[in-house]
Amino acid sequence: METLKKNYWKIACMLLLIYTIWAGFMGKVPRQAILNETVRNLYFHVTMWFTMIFLLGTSVYHSIQYLRKSDIKSDLISNAYVETGLVFATLGLVTGSLWAKFTWGDWWTNDPKLNSVAIGLLIYLAYGLVRSSMPDEQQKARISNVYNIFAFVIFMILIWILPRMTDSLHPGNGGNPGFSKYDLDSNMRLVFYPAIIAWTLLGYWITNLRIRIKKLAYLISENE
Amino acid sequence: MKFLNTLLILLVSRFTGMAQQADIEMADQFRADGKIYVVIAVVLLILVGIFIYLFNLDKKVTRLEKEVSKNA
Repeated sequence: METLKKNYWKIACMLLLIYTIWAGFMGKVPRQAILNETVRNLYFHVTMWFTMIFLLGTSVYHSIQYLRKSDIKSDLISNAYVETGLVFATLGLVTGSLWAKFTWGDWWTNDPKLNSVAIGLLIYLAYGLVRSSMPDEQQKARISNVYNIFAFVIFMILIWILPRMTDSLHPGNGGNPGFSKYDLDSNMRLVFYPAIIAWTLLGYWITNLRIRIKKLAYLISENE
Repeated sequence: MKFLNTLLILLVSRFTGMAQQADIEMADQFRADGKIYVVIAVVLLILVGIFIYLFNLDKKVTRLEKEVSKNA
């Protein structure tokens, strides 16, 4: 019973994902030219980015915690969130590329959002470089956590603000759009919002495992 | 009368709008054949498999945590 109480969100994550798959394939979607059935990718491709933003954002919170308290555990947590966040970013990029091929006609278009993401990923690549090139534990933690905060802010500006200032193939970009402009009807919302929660929980769970393994490795290296 | 007319126009335009939409090709036949259930079943099986694996991994980490805290 105790374990069930502690793990209820994992079961919720599983049930929500099962619902996402079921309703994602069976649910009603608007009939639109070019998009056709691929509009269902909304539940799988777009949710990857939402999960990534959640994970990277949480990592910034822990980076700030590290800088405030200099507790190495916060550094481990922040690092784990970035790592899983980048897994979801890669998934989002690859699935987006596939979707683009069949709707926009090319694997990679010069869409501002795509180029922004490419720059953003390079910024995070440098984060990994910073971490792996510093032998001193404290120095590595301090510099990479400061870097992480700036990286997140720049990344968010790159993917949320800059694409809106120009024309973009992505829906809801270019000009000043609201969510209602997404070709999202109420049937799709019923799947889309639970799908965001489901994928985010999955990302959180995987990160959680990673953090615990990192902490174990840290404890073992301490005791040696 | 004016109100009724407006209502009629609205209704008609709504239906013609739907008729236009129906021209767009979707996987209707695929669904009618019931093959979509095969796809859903395959994806759900993969999903459940991944979840079983994740739960196991979780359990293993918990066991390790207990062991390390006992030794520390």
